[in-house]
Amino acid sequence: MAIKVLHRKPLTLAERTYILPILSGLRITLRNMIKAPVTLEYPEEKPAIPKGYRGVPTLVKDPNGREKCVSCQLCEFVCPPKAIRITPGEIVDPANAHVEKAPKDFELNMLRCIYCGLCEEVCPEQAIVLQDIYSMNSETREEIVLHKDKLYELGGTLPDAHFKWDKKKKAADEAAHGGHH
Amino acid sequence: MDLTDILIMLLKAVVVVVLVMAIAGYSVVGERKVASWAQGRLGPNRTTIPLLGSIPVIGRILTRLGIFQLPADGAKFLFKEEPLPGHVNKFYYILAPIISFLPPMIILTVLPYGQFVKDGVMEAVALSQTDVGILFVMAVSSISVYGLILAGWAANSKFPFLGGIRASSQMISYELCIGLSLLPVFMWTGGTLDLFAVVQAQGGVLFGESIGLPKWFIIYQPLSALLYLVALFAETNRLPFDMPESETDLVGGFHTEYGAFKFGLFFVGEYAHMVVGSAIFSIVFLGGWSIPFLPLSAYPEGILGALLSVVVLAAKVIFLLFFFMWVRWTLPRFRYDQVMNLGWKVLMPLAVANLLAYMVIMAIMPGALL
Repeated sequence: MAIKVLHRKPLTLAERTYILPILSGLRITLRNMIKAPVTLEYPEEKPAIPKGYRGVPTLVKDPNGREKCVSCQLCEFVCPPKAIRITPGEIVDPANAHVEKAPKDFELNMLRCIYCGLCEEVCPEQAIVLQDIYSMNSETREEIVLHKDKLYELGGTLPDAHFKWDKKKKAADEAAHGGHH
Repeated sequence: MDLTDILIMLLKAVVVVVLVMAIAGYSVVGERKVASWAQGRLGPNRTTIPLLGSIPVIGRILTRLGIFQLPADGAKFLFKEEPLPGHVNKFYYILAPIISFLPPMIILTVLPYGQFVKDGVMEAVALSQTDVGILFVMAVSSISVYGLILAGWAANSKFPFLGGIRASSQMISYELCIGLSLLPVFMWTGGTLDLFAVVQAQGGVLFGESIGLPKWFIIYQPLSALLYLVALFAETNRLPFDMPESETDLVGGFHTEYGAFKFGLFFVGEYAHMVVGSAIFSIVFLGGWSIPFLPLSAYPEGILGALLSVVVLAAKVIFLLFFFMWVRWTLPRFRYDQVMNLGWKVLMPLAVANLLAYMVIMAIMPGALL
């Protein structure tokens, strides 16, 4: 590798007196003092969260208000720090009987979660989403292990264009009707 | 001198000490504020005192300015545990912060703070007016180096020792420059060493009304002022000359082994030193309490004029304190050999040349400008 030798230029007389460089430095800092601060006053002012931010994983419901998670446990298997533990269960509400399953409990240990987003990526139902919650804390260890109700409370409802289970039910109903003709 | 005289003197002394300590204390907060402004931050703006802070508009403004930060910081220092390391020389270890804190306090006794005119006679607002003014100031301020050396030595550990050594050589080198840069000024005022007389010589306008410059020593002895200012930075151990402390390579320098209130004394002592240094610079070079283009006789008689003159001097001191902080957050620290080179090879010859030049000027045209 060729070595390029850079020679430091000798200082000019004006630079050697220090005074002019110091004055220009003082001008820079003075200009900075007049400028508005770049910091946020955090608890009152919140930062703007960009799209695609990976915050706390949350469970979401579809526009019908039905939980999307079918407790397939893929997220539990993919989770690198093993922060998720799902207890699968049956559907309780008879109106939703056509949906496969629902988690009886969904445990998300925020002490372990590394916000990698693999659970969101792997979820076939788009039921677990990393949203814009960046501040998750508590006074006890028990409190920060999130359970199903808390996760749904954080997640809310996301717009969904698929209505997978509605379509499936409709198709099933039509098939049942079609059998008569 | 009877009892009332002594009581009045005591009262005056208490007022002066309280005022100067308030300025020194608030320059700690000011330092943090200026630092944060220079760095695009807000600085201390949350600390508040329950009742005072909830006064509608003023309370909020004071809180945002960090005015209540000082009592919080002070109380923190007071209530900290006061450790005494086992490996130190206890007597000198305790003595050091006191010695470095005392000189600025002693200098306060001879500084003139303003003027008091009564029946046409102008008197200085001062604790005591001595003819040796500046000589006393320089003699006492040179003691403060002992505080740093003692701290570095008594702490009996390597970083403070290095800090103490740097402090001693740096402060002794720059002390010479301080003396030499002040000499031309006092030669110009006819050989008096009285600080009040120096201020009196600076009222009015220089070069007549047409050009119109304030008759301050910084105008017709700019090099003396510059040399004194640079040496003052070194004497008060402020950046870019804070060799004795240089926290990046010496942890905390001379005060590494100090904590709690003893560290607080060093800390406040440094700022008190800055206040006193700024006051001397204002008095000697910035015309003291003289307002540009106005003669000193423009101040009204009595208490009002005295208060006004004190306020004008305080404004100049506060601007200089701001300048100290402004420079601190602008310049990086000099390397140690650079400090020594600057002190001995640049400032010293310049100061001597400056002194000789003014001697020649005064010999050729005595009293030309005064």
